[in-house]
Amino acid sequence: MTAFFRLLARNRLALAGGIVLSLVVLLALVTPLLPLADPDVTDTSNRFRPALSDGALLGTDHLGRDLLSRLLWGTRLSLAVGIAAALIAATIGAAIGIIAGFYGGRIDNVIMRGVDMLMAFPYILLALAIVAALGPGLLNALIAVAAVNVPFFARNIRGITVGIANTEFVQAARLAGLSNPRIILSEILPNVVPVIVIAMSTTIGWMILETAGLSFLGLGSQPPQADLGSMLGEARSALITHPHTSVVPGLMILVIVMAINLLGDGVRDALDPRLKSGALSRPMATTRVDRQSIPDHGEKSGDSLLNVRALETQFHVRGRVYRAVGGVDLHVEPGECLGIIGESGSGKSVTALSIMGLVASPPGVITGGAAYLDGEDLIGAPYRRLRDMRGRRVAYIFQDPLSTLHPLYRVGDQLIEAIRAHRPISRTEGRVRAIELLDAVRIPNPEQRISDYPHEMSGGMRQRVGIAMALANDPDIIIADEPTTALDVTVQAQVLSILDDLRRSRGLAIVFITHDFGVVAQLCDRVAVMYAGRIVEEGPMRAILSAPRHPYTARLMACVPELGGGKRRLEAIPGLPPVVDALPEGCAFADRCDRTRPDCRAGDIPLAPLAAQSVRCLHPVGTEQEHAS
Amino acid sequence: MTTALRITDLSKTFPVGRSLFGRPKASVKAVHPLSLTVAQGETLGIVGESGCGKSTLARMLVGLLEPTTGRIEIEGAALDTADPAVFGRRIQYVFQDPISSLNPRKTIRQIMDAPLRHLHHMPARDREARILEIFDSVNLRAEFLSRYPHEFSGGQAQRIGIARALAAEARILILDEPVSALDVSVQAQVLNLLADLRAQFGLTYLFISHDLAVVEAVSDRIAVLYFGAVVEIGPAEEVFSAPKHPYTELLAQSAPQVGRPLAAPEAKGTELPDPLKPPPGCAFANRCTRASARCRTETPRLTPLGTASQAACFHPLNV
Repeated sequence: MTAFFRLLARNRLALAGGIVLSLVVLLALVTPLLPLADPDVTDTSNRFRPALSDGALLGTDHLGRDLLSRLLWGTRLSLAVGIAAALIAATIGAAIGIIAGFYGGRIDNVIMRGVDMLMAFPYILLALAIVAALGPGLLNALIAVAAVNVPFFARNIRGITVGIANTEFVQAARLAGLSNPRIILSEILPNVVPVIVIAMSTTIGWMILETAGLSFLGLGSQPPQADLGSMLGEARSALITHPHTSVVPGLMILVIVMAINLLGDGVRDALDPRLKSGALSRPMATTRVDRQSIPDHGEKSGDSLLNVRALETQFHVRGRVYRAVGGVDLHVEPGECLGIIGESGSGKSVTALSIMGLVASPPGVITGGAAYLDGEDLIGAPYRRLRDMRGRRVAYIFQDPLSTLHPLYRVGDQLIEAIRAHRPISRTEGRVRAIELLDAVRIPNPEQRISDYPHEMSGGMRQRVGIAMALANDPDIIIADEPTTALDVTVQAQVLSILDDLRRSRGLAIVFITHDFGVVAQLCDRVAVMYAGRIVEEGPMRAILSAPRHPYTARLMACVPELGGGKRRLEAIPGLPPVVDALPEGCAFADRCDRTRPDCRAGDIPLAPLAAQSVRCLHPVGTEQEHAS
Repeated sequence: MTTALRITDLSKTFPVGRSLFGRPKASVKAVHPLSLTVAQGETLGIVGESGCGKSTLARMLVGLLEPTTGRIEIEGAALDTADPAVFGRRIQYVFQDPISSLNPRKTIRQIMDAPLRHLHHMPARDREARILEIFDSVNLRAEFLSRYPHEFSGGQAQRIGIARALAAEARILILDEPVSALDVSVQAQVLNLLADLRAQFGLTYLFISHDLAVVEAVSDRIAVLYFGAVVEIGPAEEVFSAPKHPYTELLAQSAPQVGRPLAAPEAKGTELPDPLKPPPGCAFANRCTRASARCRTETPRLTPLGTASQAACFHPLNV
């Protein structure tokens, strides 16, 4: 709750709206206590006195009634009616929406078609019809305004409820024996309330206006009772001769509605989880770079295609620094396949995205290091240069092809667009090339499948399109981020073999990011194991598979069950990886390791060569004898 | 050995393209009539690729979906109504995504309270003690009870999901991909915990997963599902090492494995058959290297092969 108010207060406009609105509400609340003239006593000898005259601060109206008093009493009434209408509309609308959304099927159909019919009338006509049927009067105007707004809430809440009613936690509640009414009250409602509050905060202002409108037409509050709308209505005839009688209530309506709308927008932004997580902050075209020094090529500079040196990427979120990548050195030779293996949060994806400046900024910042592609540093390269290289020199394949392909364009058009982004060729030539590419990734009937939409393809086919798109401009390196994790095993095997063939036939270098040792073992020449943002072991695939040196590598491999082993107990690593905003001193794995000694926690541990690989460990596996002697 | 769960000819057909009042235009058979028995204390693994009907089967078994045909018997007593509250005391479900199966606006205590209160009508005092007891058995600390789901890692949240299922005191648990959302190092922790709980409380598991190695490591018997039907069932140590059905063999060869060269195990069309137009005969025939004319006209039934295995194939392997 305090977090909500802090977020709200950060929005200056919303804060201003909130302050103005609370002042107005406070004034309305204390109105009966103020020494005001009776708002309804007429004094025709003193009619149309100007503002700031004796005994009438804001002047008097056409019947000589004190305008200040009428304004405050009128505001009180208008606010009360507006808020009451919003509450009634929200309650009834939300109840209808939740019931329709939760039960679905025929109940949903009947209710929502009824709501649709209500919405088919222009709202003011509907309100007029309701008031005409019930007779004029403030209470009837309130009923009309509430009724007119019910469909808005019902539709909004129904949409949200349908989503929640199918979630796993609702199913879990059913299995825990909860009845439907109980599920609605204890599972659905708490998750819907923020949406109701958001909808209400943005519509109260609207409802005050509608009530004022009805009163203006003489259908709301009846004389002599004052509300803002009726004050305006009565002042209409004297608009030219005595404008202050219209300006006073008009300004008050403006102030109230503006304040409510500003506050309402602020409430919405503060409550909406999508906006909270930073969807409103547009990421920049490349990751922000803020590094003190630029590391040189190092000794490996010679023939490496890609040479990443001491890369550091951090996420700065609300005063906390998450060190996602904490100094990674990598090199990829032409035609080589490098596997990066690690668990979630190990920094493997962020490393890959940093190379081409694809980490979202804010909150991501590259705080150190360099990435040399053929000797040219990509970190900090201008956007135009990076954009020219993206896809042409370094291409990416992502995990979920359904979310990387645009759902509304045919796959062929997306492929052609990718080709034409870097080459001045015609669409017909592009199409020929696209068909070649689809053929290269073994999509059957490429001439026909080229005009499919992404949803018409299976997951495996979509991922092949993803690979084809990465190949579109003959890149030197493809960075594949868990490209087969979402696929079934039989499809995964095919996609992997396509990647393997392509790299051999085209001399492609591949950086293959995964959590699966089996996949790495089949595809890669070299592997780097990451833990808590750093490489803990790196070396030739075979060497690491046969003799892992870092305890984490060894135990991670032991965790993975292998087919053919029969029923058995699995090796587990106790504990959890450290969070990257509070990394321990020394080795990040020390807390979960059974070989930890005091010096493990003493300070930074370098990646040191050992046998065929490099290991970031002071007491690597397989060195016991040396220690003993 | 007593039977914990027996299902007979259980099937589910979904209507497709229903108009406002009219009859559905077509139907999709998600699960073909299927019969299985699971012995008390046994773990039956169910493997299959996406779209094979394994989740539909699981949801029917806990009453979240009403079966189109067939019956479910738990410890000899039939369950006829699809009411999760009736099922809940006898058979429980552990969800794939541990975080989204916990209501984000409830504390863990409120979540744990629900099955005790609504399924067992336990008084408040006993509930607290029971929750602590269950938390102890899944190695969770009591202080977690007053926190909210988003404060937990995937592994911890999955333990809470398991604890909730245990609280219902059902003796059969359906584990629907319980570790596929977890990291490898945490996955092993949860699998070992499940094995301990099974021994401690004499539970019976149905373990559904797409990960063949995981299923093999935890199961006594394994059923392989393809296109809504069981194509092979047998002892865990045999199913993948000596597959009888060509589809099982394809699965076993596709699983990435250290030390095996990469080779596409299948060159032919890889798409599943169109569920709206299921092919006559064996659903796997189009992908099968051993298919004959008979496979395309006649549907093979599960037949015993060897000592304990059954496969639905006219031309089985390894016999």
